[in-house]
Amino acid sequence: MTILAVETTTAYVQLYVDGDWLPVCDDPARITPGRGVAVLLPDGSQAAVFQDRTGRWYAIDNRDPFTGAAVLSRGLMGSSDGSAFVASPLLKQRFDLTTGRCLDDEGVSVRAYAVRVAT
Amino acid sequence: MSTTPRTIVLVGHGMVGQRFLEALAEHGVAGRDRVVVLCEEPRPAYDRVQLTSYFAGRTPAELSLSDEEFLAKYGIELHLGDPAETIDRERGVVTARSGLTVAYDTLVLATGSYPFVPPVPGKDAAGCFVYRTIEDLLAIEEYAKNATTGAVVGGGLLGLEAAGALKGLGLSTHIVEFAPRLMPVQVDEGGGAALHRTITDMGLTVHTGTGTQEIVTGEDGSVTAMRLSDGSELATDMVVFSAGVRPRDQLARDCGLTVGERGGIAVDEQCRTSDPRIFAIGECALASDGRVYGLVAPGYEMAQVAAAAIAEEENSGFTGADMSTKLKLLGVDVASFGDAHGTTEGCLDVVYADSRSGTYKKLVIGAGGELLGGVLVGDAEAYGTLRPLTGSVPPISPEQLVLPAGAGAPVSLGPAALPDEAVICSCHNVTKGAIRGAVTEHSCTSVPEVKKCTKAGTGCGSCVKVLGQLVTAELEAGGVEVDKGLCGCFAQTRQELYEIVLALRLTSYQELLDAHGREEARGGDGCEICKPTVGSIIASLAPTLGADGYVLDGEQAALQDTNDHFLANLQKNGSYSIVPRIPGGEITPEKLIVIGEVARDFGLYTKITGGQRIDMFGARVEQLPLIWAKLVHAGFESGHAYGKSLRTVKSCVGSTWCRYGVQDSVRMAIDLELRYRGLRSPHKLKSAVSGCARECAEAQSKDFGVIATSNGWNLYVGGNGGATPRHADLLAQDLDDDQLIRLIDRFLMFYIRTADRLERTSTWLERIEGGLDHVRDVVVEDSLGICADLEQLMSAHVAGYRDEWASTLDDPERLARFVSFVNAPEVPDPTVQFVPERDQIKPDLPLLNLTARPLEGTATR
Ligand code: SRM
Ligand SMILES: Cc1cc2nc3c(=O)[nH]c(=O)nc-3n(C[C@H](O)[C@H](O)[C@H](O)COP(=O)(O)OP(=O)(O)OC[C@H]3O[C@@H](n4cnc5c(N)ncnc54)[C@H](O)[C@@H]3O)c2cc1C
Ligand code: SF4
Ligand code: FES
Repeated sequence: MTILAVETTTAYVQLYVDGDWLPVCDDPARITPGRGVAVLLPDGSQAAVFQDRTGRWYAIDNRDPFTGAAVLSRGLMGSSDGSAFVASPLLKQRFDLTTGRCLDDEGVSVRAYAVRVAT
Repeated sequence: MSTTPRTIVLVGHGMVGQRFLEALAEHGVAGRDRVVVLCEEPRPAYDRVQLTSYFAGRTPAELSLSDEEFLAKYGIELHLGDPAETIDRERGVVTARSGLTVAYDTLVLATGSYPFVPPVPGKDAAGCFVYRTIEDLLAIEEYAKNATTGAVVGGGLLGLEAAGALKGLGLSTHIVEFAPRLMPVQVDEGGGAALHRTITDMGLTVHTGTGTQEIVTGEDGSVTAMRLSDGSELATDMVVFSAGVRPRDQLARDCGLTVGERGGIAVDEQCRTSDPRIFAIGECALASDGRVYGLVAPGYEMAQVAAAAIAEEENSGFTGADMSTKLKLLGVDVASFGDAHGTTEGCLDVVYADSRSGTYKKLVIGAGGELLGGVLVGDAEAYGTLRPLTGSVPPISPEQLVLPAGAGAPVSLGPAALPDEAVICSCHNVTKGAIRGAVTEHSCTSVPEVKKCTKAGTGCGSCVKVLGQLVTAELEAGGVEVDKGLCGCFAQTRQELYEIVLALRLTSYQELLDAHGREEARGGDGCEICKPTVGSIIASLAPTLGADGYVLDGEQAALQDTNDHFLANLQKNGSYSIVPRIPGGEITPEKLIVIGEVARDFGLYTKITGGQRIDMFGARVEQLPLIWAKLVHAGFESGHAYGKSLRTVKSCVGSTWCRYGVQDSVRMAIDLELRYRGLRSPHKLKSAVSGCARECAEAQSKDFGVIATSNGWNLYVGGNGGATPRHADLLAQDLDDDQLIRLIDRFLMFYIRTADRLERTSTWLERIEGGLDHVRDVVVEDSLGICADLEQLMSAHVAGYRDEWASTLDDPERLARFVSFVNAPEVPDPTVQFVPERDQIKPDLPLLNLTARPLEGTATR
């Protein structure tokens, strides 16, 4: 069967969650560079996964700590001084995508995940 | 200066008290000597001048003037909610209500004023209020929830503010003023008349020349009406007394200090009372010129004088102050300065009055041609430059100073014409020279920096506009390039980017960023400001550039704001609302039924919008395509409620049905809405068409509004609702259908070409050089020779229009983005839930907090 062959060549976007790499998307091309998607994690929480124009991947918690809504994946991505950020679509606070730190309010941060694309 | 630490006690932590503490710190007294503050109110000093902005959403915390850091740094002991009750001058001790006693070396009284309540029967009934403190406002707000009518006693400055607040709370509002005109202290008869007319036009009822005789109460003892001196009765649910203020001098009276005949603690030029150890400053003081000042600026000056005297430093003393004021009451500009009433011997008035627009301007000119003062109502634009000119002979004739632009006023007098010693900020007594110095000597490069450095503009705020002009002029004169760039990624303005995109026929944001962005931003991912801006420019020019008109293809998808990205409006819990287009507000019963069915089947909350159409709320992202499949099938299109683009063209019923109608306003509204639908612009665009001058469609509050005449159509532009409403200006009259449409085409395309990001036509029209006249020259007279291009761009847009939702549904790839989770597309987002309310749904907000997990720190990677 050919299915095996397909499986071995599929590249997955993977998140490092609870000590393991969790595949979350089997078609990285579906994620528009500069935009995010939401993924559901095994414990019921959500992550927001982004890709920048150079193909680097990022993931942070999807929950916007200012409003409680799970929407960070729908924000606009940008970069400043070489680091990538997303602006919350609700009240526009910016979060560093590498550290999860809020750039507009020092006391606030969201969880950041390690991401890789691997087969 | 003495060296043993003293104890300085301040009674009253109001605006002036706080300024006094700052001045003590500047003189090095606070920090060295012990400073104790007794504060009656339950909160530290706040900005009383901006009190009314509480009703516009400013929180008490935002109004606060003092900060803990400051108090801690200087070891100032602040006792909240503990007023001084007695002063024992012999022993030098103050006793507070809690029993606290403090021995003082120096005592400063800054107890302010109390609102005067005329001694009419019933004045203490439930429903009677005054307007002075945050607590007063909280009480008024609470009571107004169960009230429909409110009356304000007093038509002075504060009375009008209180009336504005009541109106803002949704009450039908009356103003009762004993004097024959409003604001009798500040404005003269002509100004009062202009004000009266404008305020009446806003829907407030004004009763002048009438006193309040009695407050009538109902069985439960609360207010039901007011009896007026003319014998009539005015039904009202609440009364706010704003009949002036009286200095709070009781403490001083009780301990035998000299007080004025009509109140106020008498002080000398150093603000010392009849007891040399005691000072009085602010509204409670009777200054050496025999006046009690009810404004904050003189109080600040007194605070500074007293602090200098206590620090034993030379100072000029307080000998009196200017009573200039500029206010924006109920949205009407009112200003008065200098000798506003023309009391100087031999003076002459120059008056300009236009009762149609509610404008009144009077300048008082001295025998030697010098400007002595003036009154401005309706248009106080010139206040910032006129006030500092007071006392000097203006560089242009007085007539030219009062005439409106475009009516024979060839020169507009900018702040450049002012001498260096002109006081720009009268709240903090900052001169033009000091502001220039902040830029040239202290290297400030922006208005916020200059504000911090000089304090200018941090009081009433009326000088901020002139301040901005001065700072820009000074920076430019110093050869400093003022950064007008769009954002951290582009040094160009939106207009410049538009020209680049159009000239080079660019269709790619990355290309634009990498070739024209700031050096440090090239190769990067841009930001949330420039991405949608460039996305919008490319979209408005799409057919001309040869770009894909569909905003979600390829790179364009990454540029759109979140709402445009999902072609719906994001709501607070992560769900979306849906607004189908209903052109002109006209809809068939069949289509209404479809909306009802869709909303019912998907369990959506429905509401009629303020834009003559229907909004359906509470859709989850994965439901959007299913809902739109039904709507598109029934003939609906996207209403672009999410886009910076044409929203609605409202209509009145017009000549088809209405007995007054002179043209078919519904047909015209539909034509316009269909023509400009989908047009991406710097900000949203709204329009309306009324069938006659009665204006039932409110066209004059729209970006472009059309009113029927018996000969055709009048076109109005630059109107705005929202937070800063603006009446539209008449651009052209009696146009036929074709002329109207051609002119709107040109107007819109010129706006799209030259406006800043998020600049409505109203602000754009006020900002661009030459204003309305320039726009008329360009779009009517074709002074730049670009009208053919503008028309060409618009017809390309019209020809290229395609409904975004129909295009989306046609393409499985485009539909793929409408999923909850990329790894679990069939699982709905568990945080989007609803609870019932009034037979419909509303977001389950507590759920969002329940699912909140403690914020985690930085994850290691
Ligand atoms: C739905 C609606 C309220 C309603 O239930 O009636 C509404 C809802 C919103 N308005 Fe509005 N406005 C609505 C009619 C209006 C009107 C009335 C009108 O159009 O005649 C005005 C005043 C007229 C005007 O714009 O000049 C209005 C002036 C504003 C403003 C202030 C604009 C300004 O220039 O000051 C904002 C804020 C902004 O755009 O920056 C705003 C913003 C918003 C936003 C987008 C706020 C947001 O970011 O969430 C709301 C989102 C809509 C949504 O989620 O669906 N809305 N808004 C109305 C939709 C009309 C429609 O059919 O499209
Ligand atoms: C709605 C409103 C709008 C205004 N708009 C303007 C404007 O546009 N421009 C302008 O120049 N002015 C305006 N004013 C006036 C301005 O607020 C006052 O001139 C200014 O607040 C005076 O400062 P003050 O410190 O003398 O008095 P206040 O700010 O009144 O402070 C006095 C404080 O002393 C306290 N106090 C009194 N007795 C005692 C005691 N025995 N022990 C302890 N504490 C005591 C009071 O509770 C109060 O907190 C406005 C006022 C109001 C109410
Ligand atoms: S604006 Fe004139 S035509 Fe239109 S509904 Fe009102 S009165 Fe009738
Ligand atoms: S004049 Fe009031 S802040 Fe400057």
